[in-house]
Amino acid sequence: MIKINDLSVSLGLFRLYNINLTIEEGSFFVLMGPTGAGKTVLLEAIAGLVPVRSGSIFIGNRDVTKLPPEKHGVSIMYQDHSLFPHLDVIENIRYGLRYHRLDKCESDRRVSELVDQLGLSHLLNRLPLNLSGGELQRVSLARALAVNPRILMLDEPLSALDPNFRYELRQMLKSIHKTTKVTLLMVTHDFGEAISLAERAAIMDRGRIVQTGTVDEVFQKPCCNFAADFVGMRNIFPVQFKGTKAVTGGLVVELGRKIDQDAGHIAIRPEDIVISNGRIRSSMRNSFQGRVLSVIDLGFFYEIEIMAGEVLFRSLIAKGALFELNIREKAEVVISFKAAAIHNF
Amino acid sequence: MKKNKSLFFYLFLSSGILILAFIVLPLLQMIISPSYEMMKFTIMDRDVLRSMWLSIYTALSASLIAFIFGTPLAYLLARSDFRGKRLVESIIDLPIVIPHPVVGIAILSIVGKNHWFGQVLADLGIRIMGTPAGIITVLTFVGLPFYINTVKDGFQDISPRLENVSRSLGASMAGTFFRVTFPLAKRSMLTGSLMCTARAISEFGAVVVVAYHPMIAPVMLYERFESYGLKYSQPISVWLILICLSLFLVLRIVTLDKGVKA
Repeated sequence: MIKINDLSVSLGLFRLYNINLTIEEGSFFVLMGPTGAGKTVLLEAIAGLVPVRSGSIFIGNRDVTKLPPEKHGVSIMYQDHSLFPHLDVIENIRYGLRYHRLDKCESDRRVSELVDQLGLSHLLNRLPLNLSGGELQRVSLARALAVNPRILMLDEPLSALDPNFRYELRQMLKSIHKTTKVTLLMVTHDFGEAISLAERAAIMDRGRIVQTGTVDEVFQKPCCNFAADFVGMRNIFPVQFKGTKAVTGGLVVELGRKIDQDAGHIAIRPEDIVISNGRIRSSMRNSFQGRVLSVIDLGFFYEIEIMAGEVLFRSLIAKGALFELNIREKAEVVISFKAAAIHNF
Repeated sequence: MKKNKSLFFYLFLSSGILILAFIVLPLLQMIISPSYEMMKFTIMDRDVLRSMWLSIYTALSASLIAFIFGTPLAYLLARSDFRGKRLVESIIDLPIVIPHPVVGIAILSIVGKNHWFGQVLADLGIRIMGTPAGIITVLTFVGLPFYINTVKDGFQDISPRLENVSRSLGASMAGTFFRVTFPLAKRSMLTGSLMCTARAISEFGAVVVVAYHPMIAPVMLYERFESYGLKYSQPISVWLILICLSLFLVLRIVTLDKGVKA
C-alpha cells in the first residue's frame, strides 16, 4: 500500500502541491493528466528520487519520506526504457539482484520465469543498442520485476511503441499483474489503456490531484471542468438547476433526478449524443432540434458540432453513420440523449 | 550546388586552404630538415633521452592526478545545480586564460619558505622549486581544466534516469556510480586524460619558471636553440612530435577499443 499525505515537492520548474493519495496493495492504479502536470515527478517522489519539501510517503506501513531511493522497494520503468547501454540483456535483468537478499536458486528461477514470460530467451546476450522498441520495453520490465518489488511504477510504458507492440505489452502487464500481485502505478495518456487495465485512477493538473476514484467514476463522473474536459467530456455547459431540470441557453434538459443546487455544470460524453434525421421513438428523455455547424474528420470517427438553441453540442459518430444519415454542414438534425448520460457537478 | 559557385565560396575555400597550409607547412619543413644521422645522433644523447622521459612521465602523472581529483568535481558540476556554480566553472577555466609564466610565479609564491603552505611542504620533505614534483604541480595546474571540462560534458551526456533506475533497483549512490556512471563515462575520461596530457606535455612558460632543471623536453629544446641554433634544435623537436603522436595514437586505440563495447 502507498499512502501519501500532503506531499509537496519543488523541483526546478516542477511543483507538486498537497498531494493526498492512497493506493491499495496489489491494485492497478493509473495516473492521468496533461503534459507538465507533474505525473513523472510524483512517481519519482514516491521512489525517493526527488527531495520532498513537506508531507509524508508511507509504503506498506513504513515511513519512507526520508529514506534513500534504494530503501523504498519501488521499481521504476521509464518511457525511454533506460536500459544500461553497457550491459547486455541478462546483465541488465540481473542488475538489482545482488542488493536483495534473495536465495540464489530462488532468484535464478525468478529470472528464468520472467525471461520466458516476456519472451526474451533469444536476446540474453545482446546489447540494448541492438534491440527493437518492444524488446527494450520488455527487458526493462523484466529488470524492474526481477528484484520482486512491492510496487512497480510505469511512466508511460506503452506510448513510445507502435500499436501492435502496445497491445502485446498491455496484455503482458495484465497477466503480470494477475500472477505477481505487485502493486502497479502507471502514468498514461491513453484512456483505452486506463480503462482496460486499471481499477482506480487519479487525474492530475498543474501539480495537483484533481480527482481520484475508480476508473469508471473518473470517466463517467468527472468532478470538475478540468477533469471532464480531460477525460473527453466534450459537452460541458453552465446551467441553472430547477427541480429535476437544468436550464441552459434556451434549452430545458431533463435530468431525471433532483439536484440540490441552484447553479452548476452538466457534462455529456460526445458518444452519448445520438443524431437522427427526425424525432425518434426511444426512451431518451432529451431530444432537441439543431443545425450542423461543422463535421470534423477524426480518422475512424467524425466529431459533429450541432447548434441547438444557443448551446453547442459535440457528438461522435462512425463514418458509416455519417453517410447513412447524410450529415452535412447546415443540415437540420435532431439530437437525443438519456438523462442518465448527463453528469452534473 | 555544383554550378554557380560564387566568388564568395572561393573566397572561403581559399582562406581555408591558407589556414591548413599555415599549420602544415612549418611542421613539414621542420620534420624533413634534419638528416637521418642527425636524428640518430640526437636520440643517442642521454640528456635528450632523459628530458624526453621526464616530459612524458610528468605529463602522465599530471593527468593521473587530474583523473583522481578532477573526476569527482566534474561529476558534481554535471549533476548538481547550486548557487555559484558559474563561479566555480570560471575558476576551473582560469588556468587556460592566465599567461603561462604567471602560473609558475603564482605557484612559487605559495610554496616558498616564507609562506605557511611552503613551510608545511618543506616539513614534509617536499620540494617544488627545481624538482619533478614541481614540474608535475605546474603541469597539473595547466592541464586540469581540459580534463574537468571534457569529463563534465561526458557525465552530462549520461541520462540521470539510468542512475535513478539503478538506485530504485537497490544500488547505493556509490554502487550506482561505479556500476553505471563510471563505465559509461570511461570514454570521456580517456579523452579528457588525453587532452590534459597533451596540454601538459607542451607546457614551457610555467615550467621554466619553477624548474629550469631538471630539464623537460621543451626546455631542453629551447636551450639547444639558444646555445647551438636552429639546426640542433630541429631533431629534438621532431623526436618530441613523434613521441607525442605515438603516445596519443596508443591512447586513441585503447579508447576506441573500449568504445566498441560501450
